[in-house]
Amino acid sequence: MSASNNVKSARKSLTWLLVIILGLTGLIAVGSLSDENASFTPKLALDLQGGTQVILSPLLLDGQAVTSEQLDQAVSIIRQRVDASGVSESQVTTQGDRNIIVSIPGVPDENTLALIKASAKLEFRAVLVTSAGAPSSSIDGGDQAVDGGNTDGSAPDEQAPNVPNASPTDPSDLNWVSPELQAEFDALDCASSFREPGQVDDPTVPLITCDVTGTQKFILGPVEVEGANISDASNGTVQSQTGASTNTWAVNLDFDSLGSQAFADVTQRLFPLAAPRNQFAITLDGFVITAPATQAVITNGSAQITGNFDRDSSKVLADQLKYGSLPIGFEVQSQENISASLGSEQLTNGIIAAVIGMILVIAYSVFQYRGLAIVTLGSLIVFAILVYLVVAFLSWRQGFRLSLAGVTGLIVSIGITVDSFIVFFERVRDEIREGRPLETAVENGWRKGIRTILASDMVSFTAAVTLFLLTVGNVRGFAFTLGLTTLIDLIVVVLFTYPLLQLLARTRFFSSGHPWSGFDSKSLKASGYVGRGEFRVSESLASGKADKASKEAEKRQTIAERKAQAAIADAQRKSEN
Amino acid sequence: MSKLKELGNDLYSGKVSYDFVGRRKLWYSIAIAVVFLSILAPVVKGGFNFGIEFRGGSEFRIDGVSSLSQSLARDAVQSVEPGVEPLITTVGLDSVRVQTEQLDDVTSEEMRIALASAYQVDSSLVTSSFIGANWGADVTEKALIGLMVFLVLVSLFMALYFRTIKMSLAALVALLHDMVLTLGIYALSGFEITPAAVIGFLTILGYSLYDTVVIFDRIRENTLDVEFSETKTFSSQVNMAINQTIVRSVNTSIVGVLPIASILFIGAVILGTGTLRDISLALFVGVVVGTYSSVFLAGPLYAHLREGEAKFTSEKVTAKI
Repeated sequence: MSASNNVKSARKSLTWLLVIILGLTGLIAVGSLSDENASFTPKLALDLQGGTQVILSPLLLDGQAVTSEQLDQAVSIIRQRVDASGVSESQVTTQGDRNIIVSIPGVPDENTLALIKASAKLEFRAVLVTSAGAPSSSIDGGDQAVDGGNTDGSAPDEQAPNVPNASPTDPSDLNWVSPELQAEFDALDCASSFREPGQVDDPTVPLITCDVTGTQKFILGPVEVEGANISDASNGTVQSQTGASTNTWAVNLDFDSLGSQAFADVTQRLFPLAAPRNQFAITLDGFVITAPATQAVITNGSAQITGNFDRDSSKVLADQLKYGSLPIGFEVQSQENISASLGSEQLTNGIIAAVIGMILVIAYSVFQYRGLAIVTLGSLIVFAILVYLVVAFLSWRQGFRLSLAGVTGLIVSIGITVDSFIVFFERVRDEIREGRPLETAVENGWRKGIRTILASDMVSFTAAVTLFLLTVGNVRGFAFTLGLTTLIDLIVVVLFTYPLLQLLARTRFFSSGHPWSGFDSKSLKASGYVGRGEFRVSESLASGKADKASKEAEKRQTIAERKAQAAIADAQRKSEN
Repeated sequence: MSKLKELGNDLYSGKVSYDFVGRRKLWYSIAIAVVFLSILAPVVKGGFNFGIEFRGGSEFRIDGVSSLSQSLARDAVQSVEPGVEPLITTVGLDSVRVQTEQLDDVTSEEMRIALASAYQVDSSLVTSSFIGANWGADVTEKALIGLMVFLVLVSLFMALYFRTIKMSLAALVALLHDMVLTLGIYALSGFEITPAAVIGFLTILGYSLYDTVVIFDRIRENTLDVEFSETKTFSSQVNMAINQTIVRSVNTSIVGVLPIASILFIGAVILGTGTLRDISLALFVGVVVGTYSSVFLAGPLYAHLREGEAKFTSEKVTAKI
């Protein structure tokens, strides 16, 4: 690479860096105008800022008790659901022997509360009878609307314990609908609160219920597929037949093998039936979300639920389904603000520590690398700017929040970042010791250094990705910070430190090996010294090795090639002797 | 000018060379002794001091308080149970939440009364309950699975990148050494193991491997052609690589330790206690030990594992003829 090319590529890298910084700044600036969540101040986590404590108590029928296994299971599921909505390091724990406390930073909205507390029991049932949501008989409809089947003062019994007319042969059989069931269905008014929250339905008998909007009521057959048979769920917009995406949000489901089989059986049975019995209803906690007509026999184990979804509500349902339904339903017992568990003095001191740490690092860097400390300082400043912008960006887009542990992680990352510079600088010094001029030394040092930097950053990045994907809670927050700083470290080294050094190498101060440049040619050159043979890299071998190492970065030599080369070298040595 | 730079030159050329590989028996002995002590420490001290985030604990809630001062609660708690460091949070507008390690029924009742009198409210306004661990068994289980998967992946990566499984092996041994040692220091010091400390612990894990990879990459470079050389032995090349990177190792560990030391100093000396101290102790120990083990353990162990291989010994035999 010629010198002018170096300058060109250096300028190009620096331009890219500027584009990244300005791009991020611009995105956040534009975002902060249109979205209240976007801001240049990163959001803080529970420990530094406080938040909201939601106490959930289980919805239990009389005499029913909640076991500690159920409670632990619920805590685990709720934690995963909360984690799925961002990297906010929320806390979920049990209180006493029946309550669950969820502490989340900020104030939860309706969707977040639904995400936390809904038991999210999903069921697929065949539709037997359906009609509009008001009571069917128009004459006494008004009365019944008021009574709502609540005349005896107890919870309405929507289940049908009655013996069916004749034994039904399959779940779509109209024999499920006994006269009593029909009467109850006729009387049902969807406008009344006809279901107890957390009511548990018997999956083996028909269910009378309404859709979530209360406009349609249904008699549904027994449960045929359960939410437990869902292996994965995601949300997205519905694709039209031409493949263009529409504005309708849907939840996409994948069933496990059991679920796929059951779902295939249902669609196969319903497909030839007449409306409304060709519909199957998907119920969530007892309410019908949607009751599509069967358009085809579905055997691939995938289904899509559409309904009254927007982006947020479809995400909530997908997350609920993905992590399973809670063993019991919960209601919010109290919702209160809580203060930060760590005083603001902790954050202030953390920041003071970071600043002192940075100053010490720079001071040491000046002592060790003289003029090169400018490069370290510049790179650290760029690093700090990028980290700040990315954290602000992610706390807007991903709900990322900085906890004290996160801040500490960032402070520690100063060390690992500076190590990248040190590895690079030491390589360049090694090249100068070989007697190369600075510009060449920078290029050669970079080729060898970047390999080491990439390999070692790969280790950190593997740790970050693995832990992020497989863990929950604080560990996940840590992994996120680690991955973030590793990537930014690479960006800074490639787009700032290296090009800056390329440009500086052309200045007289550095290229002349000024004593204060950090590349002092006099002190670095191992001039005239002939060391012990066994350790000394002879000049010819050293240059050969350097060439080989840089070639090796692009392609590895085969053993045969290496042997051939060694043989030639041997022959030369012998002829010299 | 700088002595260290001159040393750097001499280390690079081989004029000065510390025999890391040759004295490996000494390093092995030190490592074994230290690991043994680290395992002994928690046994003698009766295990680790886990924070309430792991064990669960007692929670008190004082309603209708006129002062939200946190020091009132801290003083009241410590008057009943000296040495207990409570977590105090204000809830809503007029309530204070105090969490402590789990107390028995009698102490818990005493605590209730002490808190009530501290905040000058009726004792019926102080409720107590047991709270579960918010770092539950499920979090630990997932973290351990994640860790295992990471170690397998990173071993595979290193084996592929360095083209030998022995580097993965040496790096993992060094890593294990670092982890046991850090845990030992926690047991010895009696510092509470909080989620913050665990995070610090994970950071070390990453750092220790990272640091080892940097040195191993130089070893890889130096040993590329060693099997064809008549004068160089595998071990001498490994030793040279460690020597050539020693300036970098020293610089990096100093640079890594400086910010951590300033956190530890501010956390431990100025604030006395808290998250900053928990996490920075783990990190401080970890960075020092991690650097030490990369140089003194991982490198020599790798040379030990490889030097016996036929292609290195047989070459030397033919070379001597």
